Amino acid sequence: MKYGHLILTNLFRKKTRTALTAGSFAVALFLFGILAVVRGAFQQGVEVAGADRLVVVNRVSIIQPLPLAYRDRLARIPGVTQVTFANWFGGVYQDERNFFPQFAIDRETYRQMYPEFVIPDDQWQAFLGDKEGAVVGEALAERFKWKLGDRLPIKGTIFAGSWEFNVRAIYKGRRVQDDETQFWFRWDYLDERKQFRKGNVGWYTVRIDSPDSAVRVVKAIDELFANSPAETKTDTEKAFAASWVKQMGNIELLITTIGSVVFFTLLLVTGNTMAIAVRERTRELAVLKAVGFSDPFVLVLVIVETIVVAAVGGGVGLGLAKLFTLRGDPTGGLLPFFYLPASAIVSGLALALVVGLLAGILPAFSASRLRIVDALRRI
Amino acid sequence: MVQIDGRAAGESLVRARGLGKTYQRGGEEIHVLQGLNLDVDAGEFIAFMGPSGSGKTTLLNLLGGLDVPSEGSVTVAGDEITRMSARKLTTWRARHVGFVFQMYNLIPVLTAFQNVELPLLLTGLSKAERRRHVETALTVVGLADRMRHYPRQLSGGQEQRVGIARAIVADPTFLLCDEPTGDLDRKSADEVLDLLGRLAGEHGKTILMVTHDPLAAERAHVVLHLEKGVLVDTVTAGRAR
Repeated sequence: MKYGHLILTNLFRKKTRTALTAGSFAVALFLFGILAVVRGAFQQGVEVAGADRLVVVNRVSIIQPLPLAYRDRLARIPGVTQVTFANWFGGVYQDERNFFPQFAIDRETYRQMYPEFVIPDDQWQAFLGDKEGAVVGEALAERFKWKLGDRLPIKGTIFAGSWEFNVRAIYKGRRVQDDETQFWFRWDYLDERKQFRKGNVGWYTVRIDSPDSAVRVVKAIDELFANSPAETKTDTEKAFAASWVKQMGNIELLITTIGSVVFFTLLLVTGNTMAIAVRERTRELAVLKAVGFSDPFVLVLVIVETIVVAAVGGGVGLGLAKLFTLRGDPTGGLLPFFYLPASAIVSGLALALVVGLLAGILPAFSASRLRIVDALRRI
Repeated sequence: MVQIDGRAAGESLVRARGLGKTYQRGGEEIHVLQGLNLDVDAGEFIAFMGPSGSGKTTLLNLLGGLDVPSEGSVTVAGDEITRMSARKLTTWRARHVGFVFQMYNLIPVLTAFQNVELPLLLTGLSKAERRRHVETALTVVGLADRMRHYPRQLSGGQEQRVGIARAIVADPTFLLCDEPTGDLDRKSADEVLDLLGRLAGEHGKTILMVTHDPLAAERAHVVLHLEKGVLVDTVTAGRAR
């Protein structure tokens, strides 16, 4: 580290310029972090999808129901080991802005189908014993300060009327990316009260004996219900989640485009700043070379300076992004998985270093190629 | 002994033979130095004088390996530097040449100590050894009490003395001084010249100095005159001898 003070003193010679350059990296990497979080939020369903679960929906549209009678027929298909079903509810709690997903679930099978959601046994028993019982995710409970025993009024939109539920259980996700913002209640309660489509469910989820059986079972299910009044469309859970994301537009392309523009601009701005910094130090760099510092040394010196600025600025930006995400979803439930994973932080830092390297390489190259006698002559 | 006729017997410390430098400017060839011969023995204090554009600084640059000649050769302590690769020349400069510039050329964000330490960073010396060398060099130039000062906190004369400390700290074979007093008042210039005189007289340093100042040249052992790129005569100066 005997050259450390050379790098540091050069960085601090124009404190404002260094701070602004590092600030540019901080802003860009903060944006990168947030874009990574948004991307993750949209992709979360795809990433956590079970490899051995299939989703069966009505071929016409997901909003069209499927008969409850399909449950037993699905269970008899070779390769299917478990079947559950659920129904979208779409009620409003106090205000339309308080969005969270609400599902009427099959109380007998839903918990077994989704072991990633952990529910204490006593709470689950309480839920089973109360027709108006509800299970809520921990994040959702925290958001609205709900606790066990609370009675919640929800206004139906698809299924009109005032509905009331008792919080009987609070679930936690096993993994950090598991969605803890869902609200479940008993499908039998929904079916009993609703005025239409009785005996129908929204979709089925089936577990298969092995992910390798997926193609065969998907085909078997859709063939079984072909030419029936409610034909099915079956997909793996991952493909089903991905199709949801796709319906919202090409989020990936949007994020990549924004990120690319930001980083390209950052590259130009930083490259220009470093070129000015090198030009100002022409005579000093010539002196270094005159006293025996080599061309490669000067090259590395300038590049390291840029990389240090990039690393510090990038680190600050990613740190701020992480802090921002720790406060949870700022959209009021639209992005339940609002989390900046370590892999995104590592990618962001690597990106900052690459931009730093690219921004510094041209000025560094010109510094290393300075002719001493020409540089010393310049005022 | 200094000779400019190219007929020196024996091995001189610095030897130039047929040295020439030609620049292209707007399609025109400008011969800055032409067929110059020079032999300088160790311990000499030489001053180069001459009108502007006579090739003094160019000669110094060639002798210090900062520039390459269009023709001829330069040999220092047996090494022909005009045949060295750029990389080897850089290493050679670090070991053999101490530069003193007219504008001092100190790094403004480094202290006097750190400026003087710069050439030693290229050596394998430990931190403690580097510190000892730097303190010695700054003591020689009379600035031991200004080690922690930045260039902006020093007078012009003091800055130049830091520059000289930087030039001598690695104990180079010879010093090349380009107008070392050109930017100083008379008093500071005298202090710097006294110092250079002591380095030559007491420490046996070989010094090649370019100057416009006759009083500065008077401190040298020998004054060489350049005109239109040719060494025209030598004058043995008085005071330093």
